[in-house]
Amino acid sequence: MSKTIEEINDRIRRGEAVVVNAEEIIAIAKEKGIKKAAQEVDVVTTGTFGPMCSSAAYFNIGHSNPRIKLGGGRAYLNDVNAYAGLAATDLLIGANALPDDDPRNRIYPGEFNYGGGHVIEELVAGKDIRLSVTAYGTDCYPRKKLETLINIKDINEAVLFNPRNVYQNYNAAINVSGKVIYTYMGILKPNMGNINYSTSGQLSPLLNDPYYKTIGIGTKVFLGGGIGFVAWQGTQHNPSAPRNEKGVPTRGSGTLALIGDLKQMRPEWLRGTSMMGYGCTLTVGVGVPIPILSEEILEYTTVTDADIIAPVIDYSSDYPNMVANIIAEVSYADLKSGKIEIGGKQIPTASLSSYSRALIIADTLKEWIESGRFLLTEPVESLPGIESGLKTKPLKERPVTE
Amino acid sequence: MIVSKKIVLHFPVRLVDRAIVYHLIKDYDLEFNIMKASIIPDAEGLMVIELRGEQANYDKGIKYLTETGVRIQSLGQNVLRNDERCTHCGACVTVCPTKAFKLDPDSRLISFDAGKCIACGLCLKACPPRAMELHF
Repeated sequence: MSKTIEEINDRIRRGEAVVVNAEEIIAIAKEKGIKKAAQEVDVVTTGTFGPMCSSAAYFNIGHSNPRIKLGGGRAYLNDVNAYAGLAATDLLIGANALPDDDPRNRIYPGEFNYGGGHVIEELVAGKDIRLSVTAYGTDCYPRKKLETLINIKDINEAVLFNPRNVYQNYNAAINVSGKVIYTYMGILKPNMGNINYSTSGQLSPLLNDPYYKTIGIGTKVFLGGGIGFVAWQGTQHNPSAPRNEKGVPTRGSGTLALIGDLKQMRPEWLRGTSMMGYGCTLTVGVGVPIPILSEEILEYTTVTDADIIAPVIDYSSDYPNMVANIIAEVSYADLKSGKIEIGGKQIPTASLSSYSRALIIADTLKEWIESGRFLLTEPVESLPGIESGLKTKPLKERPVTE
Repeated sequence: MIVSKKIVLHFPVRLVDRAIVYHLIKDYDLEFNIMKASIIPDAEGLMVIELRGEQANYDKGIKYLTETGVRIQSLGQNVLRNDERCTHCGACVTVCPTKAFKLDPDSRLISFDAGKCIACGLCLKACPPRAMELHF
C-alpha cells in the first residue's frame, strides 16, 4: 500500500479524508492491524505544549517621523531587552530576555515573573506594548529617542521564529544532592525527592516520525494556535542519538526550527512562562500532521508511552558539569503513572508539558484537516537523518592568548 | 479568654535546626496541634499548627516567634487557581506539601482541592504560567 500527499489532499478537499490523532491510532492499529489501518487512515495528527526556550519573535514596526535607526541602538519592549542589531525598523525579542532591572538570581531563587515570553504572549493577545528606543542618530535617521505604544495589528510584520522546538525525546530530571535546586526542569527536591519530565510522549510530533520520513523543511504545522512551517532542522538537531529497536530515540535527538505569522496565532497557545531560579521562557503549542503514505509510516505512529524510554539525569551535579551519567532509564508510561521506583525508593513524578493541551492541539489540527481548511505539504527538503552522521558537539574551549 | 487559631509558620534556613516551637509550651503555656510539617536541612521549613491558649499568652507567643525570625501566615488566606492561565502541565503536583493537586490519569487534567490547601504558597512560584494566586 502506498499513497501520495496529493492523493491525501484530494481526499481532504472532498471532505473524505480519515484523520485521527496519535493516541487514537494506537487502538485502531491494534484492532484492525497495521495493513488495514494504513489503508483506511490518511493522516495522523500529533501535538505538544511545553516550555520551549529557543523561541523568539521579530517585527517590523514601521518608520517614525522623523526616522530613527533601531539597528545598533538599544530597544526595550515593556522594559524587556529586545535585540536591535538588525535594520532600522526591525526588532527581535527572545523568550528568555529580561528587563535590565530584574534582580535575576541576586535574590535567590529569582522569580522571573516577566520576560520575553510574556511580551510575545501579550503582543499576540492584542495588548499594547511599550517600545523604548535610544539610537545614535545619523544624517538619514536623525532621531535619537522614541517612546511609544505598539500593537500587533498596526505593525507591518510580526513573525514567530523558533530556532529550536519540539525536541524528540528529552531528559527526565532528578536531584541527588542534599539541597533544593531550581532548574529549567522545575523545582527539584533534595535526595531524589521528585522527577520532572517534559514530553507529550505518544502524541509528540517527532516521536511519531522517528526517522523524519514525512516531516521535513516546508512541512505545514499548527504553531501557536495558527499556521506555521518547518523552516529548518532545529539547533542541536542530533539524529545520531541512540535508538530502540523501533527507531525511537532514547535520548534527546531531533529538533525543528519553526516559523509562522504571529498575527494569526493565539495567546492560549503561546504562554509566557516563569521557571523559578532559572528564567523566563515561552510555552509553545505545536501540532504536526503525519501523512500515512505507507504501512511503515503508519507503524511509526502507533508508538506508545511504554515504547518511549527517557534517561533520568541528575541536575545538581552531572548535568551542570557535563558528566555523561544516567541514573536510570524509564518509560513515559512509568513517568506518567505519577511515581517511579529507583533504587527501592518511590519517587513522585510531574510533567512540565501539558498532555491534555497537547491532545487539544492534535484534535484541533484534525478538525482543520477534516473541514478542508488545512492541506498537507510535501517537504521541499528532508531533515538530516541518521545517514548525515550529524552529531551535537560540546563547546571546544580554547585559551585566548592575545 | 481562650483562643485557638490555625497558622502557617515559615522557618528561614538558619532556624530550621533550632528548637523553637518547644518554647511555646514551656514559656507561654500554649497547646499546639501540628497539622503539617516539612523541615528539610538547608531549605526553608514549613509548619502548619493549630495554636491554643489564653489570649495574652497567645499574643506573647506570636511575638516571640516573630522576633525569632519565623514568618507567620494566617490560614485566612486563600490560594485560588486562575483557570484561564493554568495549562494543566503538572509542575505543581510534586511541589505541594499537602497533595492538594491531583493528576487525573484519564483526562490528564490537574485538579486543585482547596480543602487540602494550607495556603503555604509554594505553588505560587513553582507554577510556570503563574496560574496560582493568593487572595486575602
